Amino acid sequence: MAQIEVRHLTKIFTSKDAKVDALKDISLEIEQGDIYGIIGMSGAGKSTLVRCLNYLEKPTKGEVLVDGKELGAMSEKELLKQRKDIAMIFQHFNLLMQKNVVDNVSFPLLIQGVKKKEARRKAKELLGIVGLEEKEQSYPAQLSGGQKQRVAIARALASDPRILLCDEATSALDPQTTASILDLLKDINQRFGITIVIITHQMSVIRKICSRVAIMAQGEIKEHGLVEEIFSHPKTREARELILKDSDGEHGDTAGRTQDRLMEAKKIRIVFSENSSFEPVIANMVLKTGRPVNILRADTKNVGGIAKGEMILGLPDDEKLQKEIEDYITERGLEIEEVTGDV
Amino acid sequence: MFSSEVIQMLVRGIGETLYMTLASTLFGYLFGLPMGILLTISDKEGIKPNWALYKVLDVIANIVRSVPFLILLIVLIPFTRMIVGKSYGSTATIVPLVAAAVPYIARMVESSLREVDAGVIEAARSMGASTFTIVTKVLLVEARTSLIVGVTITLGTILGYSAMAGTVGGGGLGDIAIRYGYHRYEADIMAVTVVLLILLVQIFQTIGMKLSVHLDKRK
Ligand SMILES: Nc1ncnc2c1ncn2[C@@H]1O[C@H](COP(=O)(O)OP(=O)(O)OP(=O)(O)O)[C@@H](O)[C@H]1O
Ligand SMILES: [Mg+2]
Repeated sequence: MAQIEVRHLTKIFTSKDAKVDALKDISLEIEQGDIYGIIGMSGAGKSTLVRCLNYLEKPTKGEVLVDGKELGAMSEKELLKQRKDIAMIFQHFNLLMQKNVVDNVSFPLLIQGVKKKEARRKAKELLGIVGLEEKEQSYPAQLSGGQKQRVAIARALASDPRILLCDEATSALDPQTTASILDLLKDINQRFGITIVIITHQMSVIRKICSRVAIMAQGEIKEHGLVEEIFSHPKTREARELILKDSDGEHGDTAGRTQDRLMEAKKIRIVFSENSSFEPVIANMVLKTGRPVNILRADTKNVGGIAKGEMILGLPDDEKLQKEIEDYITERGLEIEEVTGDV
Repeated sequence: MFSSEVIQMLVRGIGETLYMTLASTLFGYLFGLPMGILLTISDKEGIKPNWALYKVLDVIANIVRSVPFLILLIVLIPFTRMIVGKSYGSTATIVPLVAAAVPYIARMVESSLREVDAGVIEAARSMGASTFTIVTKVLLVEARTSLIVGVTITLGTILGYSAMAGTVGGGGLGDIAIRYGYHRYEADIMAVTVVLLILLVQIFQTIGMKLSVHLDKRK
């Protein structure tokens, strides 16, 4: 039995002048211990769906079962108790701004009636897990975005949840911080076996940590399955668009770029030293991987059959491919180092 | 400059004004705070929407607030008599002052609590917090600096009202200003009472602002 089961979920928002079908007959199963991604463009209904998973939003029709128990059949009191098992983190962290870090993390425990001293002890332990023990007396306003999200994660873990819902948890963070938060989530998933549901509009997030993904558009799930499968054989237009958008980069100035224009997510410097034998390394590599790279700068000389100098390459935004390329180059005895900024 | 009787009278005036202002604000919050909380949570965007309750409180607040204070004071005379036993003097003035303050405070509280980030409330709900917990542990805590600013403003307003009530026999500095300045043309005494009133407002304001800045952890 799946840990989370969504059956024919429909959510209609009715206001004075409009009726929005935010969710249209969604069915979904999420297994215990999985990291499940839900991706879609803005307005697709992702937040609405995830808020139905802990009944912060009451569905118009359909059922949500968590560990076989139907949330819709629960009394208000049972529901409040059930939410202890389903923690949530948010795009804007949603910390108590007037409470310091340790009190923020203790908060869910105090709600459950844990003694203050015991709550603080546990909070400090959790701050250790997220790597923020030295910030326990700070206030959220004194922390960076990444640190705030770590506090939020510690807070989410306080009630020993079995499920962690993340609604755009990394969307307000820069790529590096995003990566570190995703690593932390993965670590938590493996260490505690917590099922994680990740809502995002960034394919890179899905690719980095999810095992399964559902693609949402216009309140429907267009496609779902294993991440690799969807990446290699996207069946729907929505999936293809999201994958394309991803390789086009989360780099801001996408306007004016054509889609087949190469985006370099990573730049590396290759140093050709005395002992590297002369062969058309780059050309061979392109032939082998089947993906072009950008030569951003080259300063090499052919000295008696030996290439000397350096070259800077822009690699495509695909970690697997990047690794492949880098491995290929290092296998040929060349040194590489990553460079950042303009070259 | 002034005779010792006048000085004594001014000191007593300050005491009465402070007594009326502080007591009215205290009782005002006793009723106004819960009313403001109920207005906030029963609103359709609130955490426990209840259209009927909201509408009733909303209408009461609007009616009471639109009645000029002097009229309220007169209309409430029988009621005041019933509670205090008489309808003049500082203690009796507290009754209409509270009546005027409650809806005012409720609106003030409502606007402070509305400033609390919806995301934080959502986070608390996701942890299984009950409505009561959200009010006491999230709304009142997160809005505390704004609430204190509200108290400060309320004190100033009530002080002004108490001076107005003084003119119809309520005691305090307002009473003195009218009796000496208006009826006896002793402009210097009136000037002093006005300066004293301004000073009191200043003091409330300074203390309140200092406190709220001190308690604000958002920066
Ligand atoms: N409380 C509400 N009242 C009315 N309409 C709503 C409400 N919440 C969401 N909607 C509508 O439901 C649809 C789905 O919204 P939702 O927030 O779930 O999208 P999303 O996929 O999370 O988008 P984003 O990536 O921008 O967060 C949107 O059209 C939105 O306008
Ligand atoms: Mg959303």
